[in-house]
Amino acid sequence: MLQFILKRLMLAAIVALTVSFISFSLMFLSGDPAAALAGETASGEDIEAIRTLYGFDRPMLVQYWEWLGSALTGDLGQSYYFKLPVASLIADRLGVTMTLGLCGITFALLTAVPLGVAAAIRPNSFIDRLSLFMSVAGQAMPSFWFGLILIVVFSIKFGMLPPSGASTWKHFIMPTIVLGYYAMPAIMRLTRAGMLDVLSSDYIRTARAKGASEVRVLFKHGLRNAIIPVVSLAAVQMGFMLGGSIVVESIFALHGAGFLAWESIGRNDLPTVQALILVFAMFYIVFTFLADVLNAWLDPRMRSS
Amino acid sequence: MTDMNANDPLLQEVSGPSPRQILFRRVVTHNGLMFGLVVVALLALVAIFAPLLAPHDPYSQNLLMRMKPPVFLGGTWEYPLGTDHLGRDYLSRLIYGARVSLMIGAIAALISGLIGTALGVSAGYFGGRVDAAVTFLINVRLALPVVLVALAVVAVMGGSLEIVIMVLGLLLWDRFAVVMRSSTLQIRRREYVAAAQAIGASTPRVILSEIMPNIVNNLIVVVTLEMAHAILLEAALSFLGVGVQPPTPSWGLMVSEGKKMMLFDAWLVLIPGAVLFVLVLAINLMGDGLRDVTAPENRS
Repeated sequence: MLQFILKRLMLAAIVALTVSFISFSLMFLSGDPAAALAGETASGEDIEAIRTLYGFDRPMLVQYWEWLGSALTGDLGQSYYFKLPVASLIADRLGVTMTLGLCGITFALLTAVPLGVAAAIRPNSFIDRLSLFMSVAGQAMPSFWFGLILIVVFSIKFGMLPPSGASTWKHFIMPTIVLGYYAMPAIMRLTRAGMLDVLSSDYIRTARAKGASEVRVLFKHGLRNAIIPVVSLAAVQMGFMLGGSIVVESIFALHGAGFLAWESIGRNDLPTVQALILVFAMFYIVFTFLADVLNAWLDPRMRSS
Repeated sequence: MTDMNANDPLLQEVSGPSPRQILFRRVVTHNGLMFGLVVVALLALVAIFAPLLAPHDPYSQNLLMRMKPPVFLGGTWEYPLGTDHLGRDYLSRLIYGARVSLMIGAIAALISGLIGTALGVSAGYFGGRVDAAVTFLINVRLALPVVLVALAVVAVMGGSLEIVIMVLGLLLWDRFAVVMRSSTLQIRRREYVAAAQAIGASTPRVILSEIMPNIVNNLIVVVTLEMAHAILLEAALSFLGVGVQPPTPSWGLMVSEGKKMMLFDAWLVLIPGAVLFVLVLAINLMGDGLRDVTAPENRS
């Protein structure tokens, strides 16, 4: 087990290093970051001044090495727009995004798991078809459109919920639904498939044969085994959701890290964008690492691969 | 074998329905697949024949005719789905928008399909270090937040149809690689692959004529799913203002433009979003259906 964790940790570290290099080099895609930063109206001298000021005149690898070194100590550079350290800027905004992500995944699990279990208990029943329909629709639903529809219905038509902002818990209801619905289809399908698989296994038949109550069979023997892959999927989805919260945050004007990313991109604030890509990627890497370790702990067969 | 007439009633009686007939029966009796095929075919025809079908020029503005409501909200048949804030015919923009969505979806899926298939098949076929390297690349790609990276790249390089297509094509290959890798792993140890290797067939030949035909079903399924994914992402990027740029008629952009007037004219947002939803739904149902009829054992 310890060996597995160490190996997996190594992999996570190398992936993180590669991702950091990619997010750093994105800045150089335009060819000349100094020209991009100076804007279209800048003169040649302005561009040169910016080039030396920000150190763009040095080899890219040297710049990366420095950036990485300071990133490891928690210094992610200075925001061009806000003139503040990027790290504290992101730390300020991360709370909203994390709250949203946690609410979203909770909402997804609370709806998807019961529906998936119910669908697996009675395949081809009304509830099975309903959950299938919800998951197919969820996969095709453009989240920005879904968010706007909720605003039209619940904020404009009925005036029940505030359309934007993050000051009360009510502000989080619609964003949670939009973000959670995005993660729901995959969780529901996996719960249903896992339950169907488990319920047809020998030990369930044994449990039934020895007279265990149906509730006990379904939940103690059934769901407990079917839920293992769902937990790790939920961790992975959480990583995706944090990265995907940018759309939801922009619709509902939730000033989280995703909103910051959207603002920074519009303002050509490259250090902030770079740092945000890195931070979101790190969250994904940490979540998948935890999911894999949890899986290996619960299911020793996973440790060998 | 070749000179036997397949339509010979005697032969049919002996052999029963041919595999092709069985497949055909499965296709036409699968509701989701049929719905998907019909809707996608219809929208593809609309996209191809857009200049013939659109009642107006999607770019021509008429400020005297701004914000006319659609027919079902009291408008006239001159503008069946109304006009937008610049007086452009909404139906015509929707019709041309189908071109943008389908083109982005198809080309992005093609690019990512080529990358992902090449990576996945080599990983599955060669195993060992190649497999380790490809698995590592997949891990790196999955760790990158797609929307954010796409936004950043498009913002740095400038938004245009070509750049959006390239960015999505270069980002969405992960599922191709994962599925093609595991499909190849299943096939690699089969006898006919070993037989081809034993008679001295070259590696490209083994891959192209022994492996590929047996995994192409899975490939088609992933192509459809990733096409839907690319279409949704393009719409989201355009909605956020860093995808396809105005005045190009993109459905995501139409939703974004309509958002400002959503308070009084919700249809400006509802119509393009609904079309987008139906197209993506149809492509997904087509993909799920294709998997059901070609490889029922992979159903989840």
